[in-house]
Amino acid sequence: MTQARYPLSGDKIILTGEHPVTIDGLDDCARFSLRIAPSQSAAASAALGLDLPVEIGGIASSTGRLALCLGPDEWFVLAAKADGAAIVSAFAEIYGQAPHSLVDVSHRETGIVIDGPLSALVLQSGIAFDLAAMPVGTGCRTLLDKAQIILMRETANRFRIEVWHSFSEHIWNFLAAVRREPEFNI
Amino acid sequence: MLLIRCPYCNAERPEVEFVYAGEAHIVRPVDPSQTDDDQWRDHLYVRNNARGLHFERWRHIHGCARFFNALRDTVSDKFVTTYKAGLPRPRIEDIKESM
Ligand SMILES: [Zn+2]
Repeated sequence: MTQARYPLSGDKIILTGEHPVTIDGLDDCARFSLRIAPSQSAAASAALGLDLPVEIGGIASSTGRLALCLGPDEWFVLAAKADGAAIVSAFAEIYGQAPHSLVDVSHRETGIVIDGPLSALVLQSGIAFDLAAMPVGTGCRTLLDKAQIILMRETANRFRIEVWHSFSEHIWNFLAAVRREPEFNI
Repeated sequence: MLLIRCPYCNAERPEVEFVYAGEAHIVRPVDPSQTDDDQWRDHLYVRNNARGLHFERWRHIHGCARFFNALRDTVSDKFVTTYKAGLPRPRIEDIKESM
C-alpha cells in the first residue's frame, strides 16, 4: 500500500538574533503541471480564474490559486488542497475546445519557505545564477545544490521552494547547514 | 561558471541548468525505410566533429526544458549565439558582421 508522506510538513528552523532566518516546511497543497498551446491559454485562464502569465518566470495569482509560467507552453499551478478537485473539473469542461494536459503532481513535491533578511544569501550558496537580479514576484525552475527545484520570490526576503519529495530532505539539510554560516560569521 | 543565453527564457542562465544534445540541423530522412544502410548510418552516427565554430543543440533541462540551437566555438567554448529550435541555420558571416 502506498502512503502519502509529507517529510517536512510542520518542520521549522528559526534562527533569531542579528540575522533572523526562518525555514518552514509547508503543509500539503494542490499542485498541477499544466501544458497547453499558448494560443489556447485564454481558455485555461478562464478555467483557472486568473490570467495565465505568458512570460517565462511570470506569476499570476487570484483567490488562493497561483500559476507560474515555467516554459513557453508549461505552467505550474498551486492551490489549496481542498481546491484541487474544482480545478480538475473546470479543466475537464474545456478539454473538448482546448486540448491540454493537466497532471496532478500534489504528491510529488513539498514546499519550503525561507524568510528573513539573509534568505537570498543562504540560497545563493547553492544557486548558480545571481539571486540579486531575480525580480520579486517571479519564479523559475533551477538547481539548488544538485537538486532541481522550483523557486519563487514572494518578497525581497521571502522565497518559496518546491522540491520533489525524494530530494526534500537533502535540500532541507542543505538549508539547515548553510543558514548556520551567518550565525558563525562565515 | 559559463552563462548560456536561453532564447526561450530570454535570460543568461548557469550552464548547470543545460545539457548538450549533439549537432544541430541534422535532417531526419522523411522515409527511413527507403534509405540504404550507409545513408541510415550517416544519419544516425556520422557528424562533423568540428574544431572551431559548431552548430549544436542544447536543452535548458533544469529551466524551461526547451531544446534550442547554439553556435559555439569548440576550441574556446565561447557561445557565439543561441536561437530557437526550428529557425534556419544563421549564416556565420551575418553573425560575424553583427559582432
Ligand atoms: Zn530556458
